[in-house]
Amino acid sequence: MNDSITIARNSILAPAGLDDQDLDRLLGLLAGSDLDAADIYFQKSRLQSWVLEDGIIKDGNFSIEQGVGIRAVSGEKTGFAYSDALEYPALAQAAEAARAIARTGGQARVRIGQAPAARRLYDPIDPLESLPDEDKVALLKRVDAEARRQDPRVKEVTASVVAVQETILVLADDGTLAADVRPLVRLNVSVICEDKGRREQGGSGGGARTDLGWFLMEDRALAFAREAVRLALTNLEASSAPAGSMTVVLGPGWPGVLLHEAIGHGLEGDFNRKETSAFAGRLGERVAAPGVTVVDDGTLPGRRGSLNMDDEGTPTQNTVLIEDGILRGYMQDKLNARLMGMTSTGNGRRESYAHLPMPRMTNTYMLAGTRDPGEIIASVSRGLYAVNFGGGQVDITSGKFVFSTSEAYLIEDGKIGRPVKGATLIGNGPDVLTRVAMIGNDLALDTGVGTCGKEGQSVPVGVGQPTLRIDGLTVGGTGSESKI
Amino acid sequence: MSITSTEDTAERLARLEQTIEDLLSEAKRLGASAAEAAVGSSAGLEVGVRLGEVETVEHTRDNGLGITVYFGHRKGSSSTTDLSPDSLRAAVKAACAIAVHTQEDPCAHLADPSLMARDVLDLDLYHPWPIGVEAAIAIAAECEDAARGFDARIVNSEGASLSAHCGLQVYGNSHGFVGGYPSTRHGLSCAVIGEEGDTMQRDYWWTSARAAGELEPARLVGERAAARTVARLGGRQLDTCKAPVLFRAEVATGLVRSLVSAISGGSLYRRASFLLDHLGERIFPEFVRIHEQPHLPRGLASAPFDGDGVATWAKDLVSEGVLRTYVLDAYSGCRLKMPTTGNAGGVRNLVVAMGERDRAGMLKLMGTGLFVTELMGHGVNAVTGDYSRGAAGFWVENGEIQYPVEEITIAGNLKTMFAGLVAVGNDCDFPGSTRTGSWLIEEMTIAGQ
Repeated sequence: MNDSITIARNSILAPAGLDDQDLDRLLGLLAGSDLDAADIYFQKSRLQSWVLEDGIIKDGNFSIEQGVGIRAVSGEKTGFAYSDALEYPALAQAAEAARAIARTGGQARVRIGQAPAARRLYDPIDPLESLPDEDKVALLKRVDAEARRQDPRVKEVTASVVAVQETILVLADDGTLAADVRPLVRLNVSVICEDKGRREQGGSGGGARTDLGWFLMEDRALAFAREAVRLALTNLEASSAPAGSMTVVLGPGWPGVLLHEAIGHGLEGDFNRKETSAFAGRLGERVAAPGVTVVDDGTLPGRRGSLNMDDEGTPTQNTVLIEDGILRGYMQDKLNARLMGMTSTGNGRRESYAHLPMPRMTNTYMLAGTRDPGEIIASVSRGLYAVNFGGGQVDITSGKFVFSTSEAYLIEDGKIGRPVKGATLIGNGPDVLTRVAMIGNDLALDTGVGTCGKEGQSVPVGVGQPTLRIDGLTVGGTGSESKI
Repeated sequence: MSITSTEDTAERLARLEQTIEDLLSEAKRLGASAAEAAVGSSAGLEVGVRLGEVETVEHTRDNGLGITVYFGHRKGSSSTTDLSPDSLRAAVKAACAIAVHTQEDPCAHLADPSLMARDVLDLDLYHPWPIGVEAAIAIAAECEDAARGFDARIVNSEGASLSAHCGLQVYGNSHGFVGGYPSTRHGLSCAVIGEEGDTMQRDYWWTSARAAGELEPARLVGERAAARTVARLGGRQLDTCKAPVLFRAEVATGLVRSLVSAISGGSLYRRASFLLDHLGERIFPEFVRIHEQPHLPRGLASAPFDGDGVATWAKDLVSEGVLRTYVLDAYSGCRLKMPTTGNAGGVRNLVVAMGERDRAGMLKLMGTGLFVTELMGHGVNAVTGDYSRGAAGFWVENGEIQYPVEEITIAGNLKTMFAGLVAVGNDCDFPGSTRTGSWLIEEMTIAGQ
C-alpha cells in the first residue's frame, strides 16, 4: 500500500467527489497528438504558526491553501490554468483553457498510471498535530526565557514556530501517478541587544521535514535562542568591515549559500537550454579548482530541501554538478530535459498549484576536502573570516553574485581577530570556485532555514560546505584598510 | 465564489461583502467579542513570448480570505483559498481555536470606530482590459521584436510578457464597517541579452498601469530594455575608493523603501530601527519633501482605506528635511501610544519632491563618481542603518559617462547617506507607486579590485 497516495486521495480527491474515471477523462481532455506533455497537479497545504513577542504569545494563524494546476506543453509552448475549486466542471474548464495552447488535435484516451513504490525520506505525518497547542506555545516561552537569561543587554525577543503539511498528487500523460505528503517545521528566534546606546540584532533558527518534537531533541530550540543572543552581542562589538579584494575564509554550513548563488542557479536547466546562463555550453570544462566537487542532493533524509519526488512526480536524486573542478551536469525538470535531449534529474519544483514548475535546487553542497579548519585560518596573514550570512542574489547572465555577512571577523597573522559589521561580498560565478585555495574536512549542512526565490516563486532549500579559503573576493565594507 | 464572466462587478462585490458579513456573524456566534476579515478575488491573463514564439499562456484565478477574531484582548487568525461556505465556517472556528492559546495584549483590538472609511472613495482604479490571447501575444511579440532589432549585439532574449488582471477587495469588521472596491492592473515587460566578446549582460524594462491606455507603447518598452542591456556591455571593476554616488531614479526607490521600513510602527516598537526616536528631527537636508498620496486617481498603490478599515489621507512623511510622521497601523500606534496614521498595509503612492536638474544636470553636479543603475543583495541592516550592497552602473568623470562598471559594492550608513543627500533630480522615468528622480549622495565607499 502506498500511504501518500491513499492520504492524497482521501484528503483531496474524495471531498471533491473525484474518482479515477474523472481523472482519466481529464487527462483525455488534455492529451492529443499535438501535445508533447500534459499534467495535473493537485495540492492541499495546511499551515499553523505561533508568534511570541514581548514575552507573550501574541498571535497564531491557521491557513489552508488548495487547488489544482493544469498544464499542457507543445514544443516550447506551455498552456497553464489553475483553479481553487476542485469539482470536475471547474477542472474540465481549466483543462480546456490550458490545452488551447496547441491549436489543433482531438481528444485522446489516457489511463492514469500505477503509483511507484513509496520512498521514505520523511514520513507522511501531520506535523500540525505532532504536539498539543499548549506545548507549542510553552516551547516558545522557554525559548524566550532562555534568550533573556543569557545577558541583561537582551531587550527584545521574537520567536515563532511554524508547521506545514503539504499533500500533492500528480498525474501526467506519460503514465505518472504519484503522491507525496510533505511535513515541514521551522522555528525562528530574533533578538535585539542594546548597550550604551548601540543596538544590534541577532537571529537563528532551524527546521526539517519532521514533527515538532524535533525542536525538543538535543536541546535544539534553546540552542537557537543562545545562538541568536551570541550573534547580537558579537555584533555589538563589531567595527567597520574592510573594503576591497582580499582572501576570505568561509565557515562550514550556511555559508554554502555561496554555492547556491555563484553556481547553483547558473546550472539550472532552463537557463542553459535558453543559453542565458554564464555556464551555458560549458559541460566538461573546468569551472573550479581541482578537489572541488559540488552536488545537488534531494535524497537526504528529513532535510528541509529534500523531497521524495519533485513536483512532476520524478524521484529526486543526487546530481553531480561539479566533479573535481569539472562541470558535469545541470539540474532538470521534464520540459527542459526533453528539449535538451537529457533526462529529468528530479528538480522540477513549483511553489504551489498556481505556479508553473521549473528547475530548482534541493540541497546543494560541496563535498569535504582534507584540510583542518584551524590550519586554513592559520594560512592567512590578513583576510576575512565569514561564518554567518543573510541572503544572496545572482545575475545568471553576467554571472555576478552577492551574499551578505551577518557574522565575520578579521584574520590577522593567521589568527581570528576583531568582529566586523555586515558586508556584502561580490564575485563572478564562473571563476570564483577556481580561486578556492583550500577545502576543509568539516562539511556541514545548514540548520534548515533556506528559502530560494526564482521568478517570484519560493521553495525551501538546503545548502552546505566545508570551511573554504577563497583568494580574491571583493568585500564591501566601509573600512579604509583597502590594501589587504 | 471566484470571479465568473457572467456576473457583473457590482454583484460580485455585493456577494463578497455578504461573505464578510456572514463570517463576522459566525465569529460572534462562536463567542468572539470582535472580528475583522478581508477577502480578495482576482482573475487574469498572462502571456509570454520568447524569440518570436509563444512560450506561456497562463489563466490566473486567485481567491484568498483572512479572518482575525478577538476574545477581549486575545486574538487568533486564519486564512483560506477555498471560499466555500463549509471552508469559511472552518476558518472562523480555526481562528477561535488559536485565540484559546494567545495571551492578553492590551493593543490587540480593532481600530477606533470613528476612523472607519464611511464613504469608500472611487479612486478610478477599475479599467478592465478584455484582451484576447491572440491580441496579447501580438503586443508581447511587438515588444520583443523591437528589443531584438534594436542592436546587433542583442543576441538572445528572456522574452516579453503581457499581463491583464482584475480583482476585488473587501474588508469588514465588527464595528459594522464593510467596504470593498474593484481594481485592475496591467503590465508589459521585456528582458533581453547582449553579448560582447565572451561576456553577456541582461537587462529589462517594464510598464504597469491601472488602465491599458496608460501603458508605454510596446515598441518603446522593448527598445528601452535593449538600450539598457547594450549600455552594460564591456563592464569592468573599479579600484576601491571613496566617491560620490548617483542612484538612478528607479534604484533610488530602494532608499525610500529603507526609510519607510525604518519609520514603520512594527520596526519602531520592536526597537529594530536606526530612526528610533527621530520624530520631529532633521534626517535629510532642508530641501527634501516626501509626500504620501493615497487618493491619487489611477495610482498603482491608491486605496480609500487601509488594512484596518481606517480612511486614508494625504500627508508629508518628510518636509523641510524633518521627519513629520511615523507610518503606523492601529496596533503599532497603540504600542507607541500614538494614533494610527492609516497605514495598515504600508504607504500608498509616495512622491519625492523633484529638483531642477535632469539626468545630465545631475551627472554634471556629481562631476566624478559612480552612477549606480543596479543594486544586488540584501545588505541593509535596519537596526543600525549599515548599508552594503552589490552594484553595477557607470563611472563618471567631469559629468560625462566614461564606461560601465560591475562586480563592485557600495557601502555606507543610511543615516549618513540621508544627511548627505546633495540633490534629487527631475528624471523620474519609470512606472511605480514611488515617484522620485535620481538621488546624489555625497560620498560612499566603493569596493572593487
